[in-house]
Amino acid sequence: MKRFLRNRGAAFGAIVVLVVVWAALMAPYVSMAPPDKTALSRRLSPPRSPGYALGSDHLGRDLVSRLVWGARVSLTVGIVSAGLALVTGAIIGIVAGFYAGRVDNLLMRAIDILMGFPEILLAIALVAALGPGLTNAMLAVAVANVPFYARGIRGAVLLLSGGDFVEAARAVGATDRRIMVRHLLPNIIAPMVVFLSLNIGWMITEMAGLSFIGLGAQPPTADWGTMLADGRAFITVAAHVVTVPGLAIFVLVLALNLLGEGLREALDPRSG
Amino acid sequence: MSRYIAQRLLWVVVVLLGVTVLTFVIMHLTPGDPASILLGPMATPEEVAKLNQELGLDRPLVAQYVIWLGHVVRGDLGRSITLHRPVLGEVWLRFRATLVLTAGALVIAVGPGILLGVLAARWQGSLIDRFSIVLTAGGVSIPSFWYGMLLIILFSLKLRWLPGTGMYAPAGEQTLPDLLVHLILPAITLAGLPAAVITRVTRTSMIEALRGDYVRTARAKGVRERDVAFRHAFRNTMVAIVTVVGLELGFLLAGAVYVEYVFSWPGVGLMLVNAILTRDFPLIQGGVLLVATTYVMINLLSDVCYAYLDPRIRFG
Repeated sequence: MKRFLRNRGAAFGAIVVLVVVWAALMAPYVSMAPPDKTALSRRLSPPRSPGYALGSDHLGRDLVSRLVWGARVSLTVGIVSAGLALVTGAIIGIVAGFYAGRVDNLLMRAIDILMGFPEILLAIALVAALGPGLTNAMLAVAVANVPFYARGIRGAVLLLSGGDFVEAARAVGATDRRIMVRHLLPNIIAPMVVFLSLNIGWMITEMAGLSFIGLGAQPPTADWGTMLADGRAFITVAAHVVTVPGLAIFVLVLALNLLGEGLREALDPRSG
Repeated sequence: MSRYIAQRLLWVVVVLLGVTVLTFVIMHLTPGDPASILLGPMATPEEVAKLNQELGLDRPLVAQYVIWLGHVVRGDLGRSITLHRPVLGEVWLRFRATLVLTAGALVIAVGPGILLGVLAARWQGSLIDRFSIVLTAGGVSIPSFWYGMLLIILFSLKLRWLPGTGMYAPAGEQTLPDLLVHLILPAITLAGLPAAVITRVTRTSMIEALRGDYVRTARAKGVRERDVAFRHAFRNTMVAIVTVVGLELGFLLAGAVYVEYVFSWPGVGLMLVNAILTRDFPLIQGGVLLVATTYVMINLLSDVCYAYLDPRIRFG
């Protein structure tokens, strides 16, 4: 913990993430313009104009409000898709690592084939099949990321399952399932948390990207990716409709990555 | 060495087969049947059934796959629904544009990335090292589609130095200088993330290498510090660098989707996005298959490269 706090980058990351989470949670309780309230007479107002601290978009919607509501979408999709990928990857990884041999071979070859696709392409192909939309995009991104989790976790389990404590558990008659859930799982939580924290930022970027090209969240949802997509047509007249939501994605992802790096350094005794 | 390559080749064939199966299955997950999409909402059920039969869509899935694979192997990827042209020609045309973009980005990412990583490791803790840390943290976090638009706002709209859309000027001959001018901004955009990753990996593995015993020996022998860094330590970071460049090349191919979209660069990525929005499945299938195949080949190439660089891999 001490090491973690001494890392300035990680501290910055933690503060930013806390602020964004807090803003996202408080969104319904703060008095501000609803994110979908249009005001055509005041569209594309620049930042710091009266009533619009960060300006308004092409329909006169308040960017502050849309950012705050969009934070809910971004955080949710990031956490849900990373969580889905983690759980699925962990199941595959633990089973493969524990049983080793033929089971491992079969599962890992399947993972290899999945990795025959670049990750972004796999996500896009899956969205193509399922149809554009926030839920489908979330699923697609989760599936596309499963191989990385499965591989990493399998490696960790493979190292552990030769350990004395597994031998001991087996000697006292523990079932396979019990060994996997009660003995192996707790031992790989630390690397899993680190990997998850480093991956959420990427998930958020990818989801925003899918929304940006029209395959993720659909208008009029207040989502950072769709805000960028909406703004793209107006960059010649009002650049802030693009700079503001993009900056939000960038800062949040940067904060998450710094936080993840900090966690990794604190939990991994080898790195100094 | 040749045995190692033969093994890898065999495995690549298996992976490629798997890729075709997966592509085929994914495209058949789609709700709604292609015949009714092709014929539009006015078609009668009899017409739909007839077209399904003509297209072979009434047969079992495995039979459909085998027939489809037979066509693919012979270079027949079907016809695009929206363009009314063979998929292969279209995909190939678009793929060339993507390759140009990817190659441009690679050139921009590799040189400066390695240089900055080596310098940062050589003078660890110095100003240039701290600069590299900040730059890479930003580089891996910045969304390319946003960064690209910022470049357009600054260099195309405000300064009017460089074009921010398309591959060639709309009217005029398609000359090489024109292509290069159009390539600069998209290539810089696409290079952002890989440059950061390459810098990071080079720095880390160079620091590791500089701690090695052979570096201490070289120093003890009185070898100049510059030669220690570049002749002894740097050589041993090559495996790590080749690996990461291979991985990033794969990222470039697929990551190009966003960049092509932002800059209206007529590559496979932009084609895929449009094909998805118009539900042109043969085109999607062809594009996905071509990019995935290229990706598998790149991985093979980088495997062979580092087996060549590190004898422990080929004999291990």
